[in-house]
Amino acid sequence: MPIYGTALLSICLLIGLAVGRLLGWAVGLDKNIGGVGIAMLLLILVCDRLQKSGRIEAPTGGGITFWSSIYIPIVVAMAASQNVVAAVSGGWIAIMAGTLSVVACFALVPIISRIGGTDAEEGETTDIPS
Amino acid sequence: MKIFEFLQQDVLIKYHLVTAFAVIGITVWLSYLVSKHLTRGRIHGSAIAIFVGLVLAYFGGKLTGGSKGIADVPALAGIGIMGGAMLRDLAIVATAFGVRMEEFRKTGLSGIVSLFAGVLVSFFIGACVAYAFGYRDAVSITTIGAGAATYIVGPVTGGALGASSDVMALCVAAGLVKSILVMIVTPFVAPFIGLNNPRSALIFGGLMGTTSGVAGGLAATDPKLVPYGAMTATFYTGLGCLLGPSLIFLVIRLIVE
Repeated sequence: MPIYGTALLSICLLIGLAVGRLLGWAVGLDKNIGGVGIAMLLLILVCDRLQKSGRIEAPTGGGITFWSSIYIPIVVAMAASQNVVAAVSGGWIAIMAGTLSVVACFALVPIISRIGGTDAEEGETTDIPS
Repeated sequence: MKIFEFLQQDVLIKYHLVTAFAVIGITVWLSYLVSKHLTRGRIHGSAIAIFVGLVLAYFGGKLTGGSKGIADVPALAGIGIMGGAMLRDLAIVATAFGVRMEEFRKTGLSGIVSLFAGVLVSFFIGACVAYAFGYRDAVSITTIGAGAATYIVGPVTGGALGASSDVMALCVAAGLVKSILVMIVTPFVAPFIGLNNPRSALIFGGLMGTTSGVAGGLAATDPKLVPYGAMTATFYTGLGCLLGPSLIFLVIRLIVE
């Protein structure tokens, strides 16, 4: 049933947010420290486990994939409900921050490509021995 | 006129979240049409839709004088709920579903190095720009840095840290600029940075992180490279959401406050 998937997703988010909030409290901040990221990790680990043992049925997965499929519309709604009027004067910050980070990351591609030896085929990438 | 008034009151306002789904759905649909026909798929529909969202927020703010963009229009208040922290975080966590641990292991050392380098460099540059433009509080600086990572990492970080709405709008806009630039510029830059094999595509995805930008840019370069770049780009979002409102915020706070 799809609700099982949605419930699993919700539980992961709640646990992540709770851990994030406790972390915030532990370091003396009134904030959520990394809760969403923790929830994502949790969902990956739990689903990986369940899928390997074949315990996630297609409808259950559907209860999660629906939410992932509407994240762009949700981001659109989020963008539409921000205080853009107050932000317009700072538009250059957005353009500079976006552009400079793209330039820097392009420059890093050939540098990092040199790490880990010569161009190996995918899957055969030479890793460090673990 | 009376009819419109009570229809608005008893249908659009009363069922505000349903109204929001309809309005956002139509917005996304139109944006994808524009993407397909006016840009021939060059600029991804999602980027156009988010841009339209920001434009709507601007007109909403001008019209009502409020601070919640288009959500200050009574009939469109549901957009504020649809785009609020609760559903946003739920949907973003859901995108992690289907990520396989084996795939992560396959990215290898260079993939992991590119992920960390991509997240840290983007945050650093975004934070420096924010500082240069006069921001001095750690929350705003971190949020704008997160926006320079992606338009997903930005609001998740800003939301967790309690950033103000105009800073949130800025970080979405920064992520949007990055995404559109990557879509357009990648095919031209690719020959100069050796972006012509799966391994460099993997590294490219990990460095850039914007899933829509990476997928669009690689598709225009060589469609065979898309899955490699898209895979590491997905991990980027998770890593950014994990490090942004935690370690990176704490470090920035230590430096500026």
